[in-house]
Amino acid sequence: MADQTFPLNAWYAAAWSHEITRALAARTICGKDIVLYRQQNGEAVALENACWHRLLPLSLGWLDGDNVVCGYHGIAFNSDGRCVHMPAQKTINPSACVKSYPLIERHRMIWIWPGDPALADPSKMHDFHWNDGTEFVGEGGTYYSLKCDYRLIVDNLMDLTHETYVHAGSIGNDAVTETPFDVTHSRRIATVTRWMNDIEPPPFWAKNLGKPGNVDRWQIIRFEAPSIVVGDVGVAPVGTGAPEGDRSQGVYGCFLAAITPETEKTCHYHWNFVRQFRKDDAELTRQINQAHVNAEGKGLYDQDAFVLEAQQRAIDNNPRLPFYNLNIDAGALWARRLIARMIEDESTGVTGLHSEAAE
Amino acid sequence: MNVANEWRSARVKSIRDLSADIRLIEIEMSGPFAPAAPGSHIDIAVEIAGRPSTRSYSLLGPGRDGVHEVAVKLASDSRGGSAYMWTLKPGAVLKTTAPANHFDLNLDCNEYILIAGGIGVTPIHAMARALAAQGKDFRILYGARTRSDLVLAEDLRALAGERLQISCAEDGQRVDIAAAIASLGKEGELYICGPIGMLDEARAHWSRSGRPPANLRFETFGNSGRYPNAPFTVLLPHIGRTIEVAKTQSMLEALEAAGIEAMYDCRRGECGLCALDVIAVDGVIDHRDVFFNEEEKAEGHKLCACVSRIAGTSITVDTGERPA
Repeated sequence: MADQTFPLNAWYAAAWSHEITRALAARTICGKDIVLYRQQNGEAVALENACWHRLLPLSLGWLDGDNVVCGYHGIAFNSDGRCVHMPAQKTINPSACVKSYPLIERHRMIWIWPGDPALADPSKMHDFHWNDGTEFVGEGGTYYSLKCDYRLIVDNLMDLTHETYVHAGSIGNDAVTETPFDVTHSRRIATVTRWMNDIEPPPFWAKNLGKPGNVDRWQIIRFEAPSIVVGDVGVAPVGTGAPEGDRSQGVYGCFLAAITPETEKTCHYHWNFVRQFRKDDAELTRQINQAHVNAEGKGLYDQDAFVLEAQQRAIDNNPRLPFYNLNIDAGALWARRLIARMIEDESTGVTGLHSEAAE
Repeated sequence: MNVANEWRSARVKSIRDLSADIRLIEIEMSGPFAPAAPGSHIDIAVEIAGRPSTRSYSLLGPGRDGVHEVAVKLASDSRGGSAYMWTLKPGAVLKTTAPANHFDLNLDCNEYILIAGGIGVTPIHAMARALAAQGKDFRILYGARTRSDLVLAEDLRALAGERLQISCAEDGQRVDIAAAIASLGKEGELYICGPIGMLDEARAHWSRSGRPPANLRFETFGNSGRYPNAPFTVLLPHIGRTIEVAKTQSMLEALEAAGIEAMYDCRRGECGLCALDVIAVDGVIDHRDVFFNEEEKAEGHKLCACVSRIAGTSITVDTGERPA
């Protein structure tokens, strides 16, 4: 068996809240086929997307009230995944059910727990409040089925030196590669902090700051295992106190990533860029969204997606070649170590309810 | 039936008698080990009257360190699986499947009643552990014929405290299923494992109460009936055959042993694929399945050959086979 690349006992973003309606929506999360829908009371449900009987995806069926009806033989399952109707017989086979996945709807997204439901602990839900649309505003999106290992995105976001090369002309400039950074880490969180003081702002920030002169620029990237990244980024006129904590003269926002493994080699990249400046400017919200991802494939994240998929293809074609690591990879390596630890804990049952002593 | 569930070798690690006829067997599994979800069972390859067969045993808990626990009651009445299990000594090599689950516990519920009858307590024990660990609101009703059958009473008491209610037939007590159902909240779920009579009673009360059928969860391995096991004769006039079903054999096994083609899948009275048309009965059909409902059982037009038997001398059935 190949080394597992993701833990199962974690909350993963499955969809944006607005995407889940009274229609059946299929997703594959950590290799599990899941069907999502909303009950009549508005509560979202996640069930195994394979009928108990002949495994046809339930997402090809339809909703009857809060029950999902298989489109093949009409077998119906309730929102707990229990069979409530079987054709041509007067009883229901007691073992008939499909898995029901623990679900939390929070921060404008739907999160599911693909692992052991007994361990699904709401207190283990990630902090993603930046996406709430209150303190910060922004509209993001999702690359569904992006063809790369989700950890390649973590690598990408934990090392922003790539901005200089992949995103020249918008947010990248030489200051990013020339400035050292600090990494801190705890059991679940790794943070990369880089302050670039007294530099020329890159075009995106110069425009949004709207003030002449050099800036202090920061990138504080917080990774929460296994796959949440929040990058606190911004600029303030040099010497106005941003490094000391006074950001009042500056502009800043956060790039948000809730990256969900689909398979070992594909993932769903839920992204957003939320800002704390000109929050009422809907046109700016639209522009920033388009600047990240657009129909022409020329957005900032389109550039990343192109690199990430090409990188995965190269990994597949060169399976024996290792990654060589540079100093710039320290943040990514910490993130990967925290992921690996979660996977290891899971396999040894360290975090498990099931690990308690048997009598 | 999960065809993907392959046989793997296992070893009897230890044996401990919980009573004169109930034995706890620790089984060391080979291959990758994962804790089993509550309600899970393993299939064990057994030998009955010299013939290979399969029996399913519920697990007492999630297991640990590669070891699963089952409890086996030596039943003079059984089809012979328990007698085989009782011949095992520590170190004995077995063939088993990895745990599978047909009696899945929904953790997303606010109130539960668990009912165990006799050795049916094994999956209920696993469920009680999981619910206690989650701090859920649950009660347990544990009934048995004799006090010595109540082998897991202490363990359940530790998990459920005052929420455990014990009923022992030799003390004139009986699990009051109707009262239990009446006391359960509207959204509550009932999980029951025990003899078929107990299941039928629960199904009947549940259905009358108008509750969602899906919230009554039960499991049977089809090894108990209203009448003791006894040999009987099966007459098959369409193909001109007569076969004998031994006390330790199911009707389906006897048909197979005689080379008579029969369809089946679950072999525990759930799927209904082995149902045969009944032409005549000299005696009473002891329906032990959960596929037919009460009316269908009363009509007696069909029976599930995998678990149901005859209390009497013979049954005449049609397997659907015709001379070429």
